[in-house]
Amino acid sequence: MKRAAETNRRPLARHPLVQIVLSRVREFYREPEAVFWAYGFPMLMVVALGIAFRSQPDRPITVDVQSRPGAEAVVKALAEDERFVIHQGDLEECRLRLRMGRTDMVVIPGSESQPKYDYWFDRGRPESMLARNSVDDALQRAAGRTDPVPTAEREMAEPGGRYIDFLVPGLLGMSLMAGGLWGVGFVTVEMRIRKLLKRLLATPMRKSHFLAGVMTSRLLFMVPEVVVLLVFARLAFGVQNQGSVLSVIVLILLGAFSFAGIGLLVASRAKTLEAVSGLMNLVMLPMWILSGIFFSSERFPEVAQPFIHALPLTQLIEALRGVMLEGSSLVGQAGNVAALAAWGGVSFLVALRLFRWS
Amino acid sequence: MPLAIRCANLFKRYEGRPPVDAVRGLDLAVEEGECFGLLGPNGAGKTTTIEILEGLLTATSGDVEVLGMRWGRDDQRIKQRIGISLQETKLADKLSVGETLELFRSFYNQGLEPEEVLRFVSLQDKSGTWVVKLSGGQRQRLAVACALVGDPQLLFLDEPTTGLDPQSRRELWEIIRDFRRRGRTVLLTTHYMDEAERLCDRVAIVDAGKVIALGTPRELIATLGGEHVIDFALAGDGRAPSVAPSQFAALPAVQSARCEADHYSLSVAEPHVALPALLAELSARGLELANLTTRHASLEDVFVQLAGRHLNEEDAPP
Ligand SMILES: Nc1ncnc2c1ncn2[C@@H]1O[C@H](COP(=O)(O)OP(=O)(O)OP(=O)(O)O)[C@@H](O)[C@H]1O
Ligand SMILES: [Mg+2]
Repeated sequence: MKRAAETNRRPLARHPLVQIVLSRVREFYREPEAVFWAYGFPMLMVVALGIAFRSQPDRPITVDVQSRPGAEAVVKALAEDERFVIHQGDLEECRLRLRMGRTDMVVIPGSESQPKYDYWFDRGRPESMLARNSVDDALQRAAGRTDPVPTAEREMAEPGGRYIDFLVPGLLGMSLMAGGLWGVGFVTVEMRIRKLLKRLLATPMRKSHFLAGVMTSRLLFMVPEVVVLLVFARLAFGVQNQGSVLSVIVLILLGAFSFAGIGLLVASRAKTLEAVSGLMNLVMLPMWILSGIFFSSERFPEVAQPFIHALPLTQLIEALRGVMLEGSSLVGQAGNVAALAAWGGVSFLVALRLFRWS
Repeated sequence: MPLAIRCANLFKRYEGRPPVDAVRGLDLAVEEGECFGLLGPNGAGKTTTIEILEGLLTATSGDVEVLGMRWGRDDQRIKQRIGISLQETKLADKLSVGETLELFRSFYNQGLEPEEVLRFVSLQDKSGTWVVKLSGGQRQRLAVACALVGDPQLLFLDEPTTGLDPQSRRELWEIIRDFRRRGRTVLLTTHYMDEAERLCDRVAIVDAGKVIALGTPRELIATLGGEHVIDFALAGDGRAPSVAPSQFAALPAVQSARCEADHYSLSVAEPHVALPALLAELSARGLELANLTTRHASLEDVFVQLAGRHLNEEDAPP
């Protein structure tokens, strides 16, 4: 009885693919730093960015007013609105505070008899621009301006419409990219340096089993990584998925597969860790910048769009946003899905041909 | 005797600047059931040769047959039946000994149970230990265990004991002897002459990519003419009037003589005849001995005789 049970159990556990995946998984979880970078890092990113970009309906606006005749009137006019945090000082002090970003703008009042305001601000800082416009509004109204057309305000607060909702799919894509490239590329080159690849080549192991095993183990590592990120975003920021969960899972798997394939390709010939790190950064950098992790990639010039669209990270993030923010179906994202699958499949096949075992 | 390995007129050139001719016309015939050693100094081409035989490198030209099969045609079948250990492999640090063997076992259609192999290399207590925590000797035994787990017909070992302490070396020798006792074939490389002498049934001495001598250790030593060696040095500050070694070669029972710096080595058939004659000759010339030893001739002496230099400079006698 016992023997029969044993022989039943053996074949699967003894399958080379299973053993390769098992070995990779064991090695990974026995490396605490790798685990931290894979799982802790994306979470830290969400926290940091979520806090930095959390929606603040009444963000205070810091305004410096130069102490000179006329300053009192300005301070009085601004004090009507609670959003303004007002600071008075001499011109030199105000200049320094503006330069260091401690204040959003400086108001230099004209003489008391002839009201005139000089606004000193930084066009490159959005909060400085905002301060300039709000302060101007407040001062003009205090001076008696009436608006010719009445206006009313409504705020965008729908789920899926906040910056954090936009950010999470971007971070998810970024994490799949970095994880796939590093997780596959680095490990492969390390094995090559240790001559472990050569040693494996000397066994009857099938090459395709090895490459498939490395990619499969990468898909497994990714599961907790993604779950941590999404659950955290949900609990801490209430980020929700507008589309089907299945679609998101399919996209995540596809993304992980594609980037694992690209990682394998990048690592197919490199003989040193420096070489493979350089190559991976070279591959990742354009996507980091262009693929719209932090803001929409459509903000880049029109001529660059075809190139940006050809990048796998752009396709992945776009598809993820389509599903998670707009509730689109996979069919709706068919173009991105097909392109992404092509990236992964072609990379894997090319890697299989180029791959150097020693 | 059927042959386990046959290779003829093997050449290997590493392209590069300048190109290196690592193997230049090497012939080998390893019989089934023997332990065959490739002995040679650093850079002789041992690793290149063994890796060609293992199918890891392709020869520039030449003919190779392993277990009656050929690389390029029967790769999978050959790989199922050979076991190898490379000159340098670092197995995965954070896998345990048992897990490493399970992994290697999974690649073979038939083979031994990992526990069985571990017992064979005396690592049964280390099954749960991570590779990174093993000593050098234990790691080397694990490397051999990985080579054995497919229950190979033919075992290739590239410098299995280099860098190990004497105790670990002997343990490995015992493992290799056990394997051979079961009727299997071993091809190993080494640059230790004592290893070749004690472990190998036959030895090919390789230098500069060629076999320069072939035979059992006994046969090779017998080519020196004398089974004993008298080593001596003359007193003085090293600048004493040097005597040509040929002067000593003429002494009774001395087969040949050579001199390196102020150190002489005589190949001798009967030390009890040669020694008195040598002492008489020295006192007749008014020369004084600084030291004198006699020992059995070794493969080292064979190599020095053939190549005119030592096998291993660090191990060379003073
Ligand atoms: N990949 C390579 N590219 C170029 N030259 C090489 C390469 N591998 C070995 N060689 C050269 O070929 C010659 C033979 O090397 P090989 O490694 O076969 O020697 P060996 O007998 O195994 O030496 P050792 O005892 O040091 O291991 C050496 O001169 C070496 O420098
Ligand atoms: Mg070598």
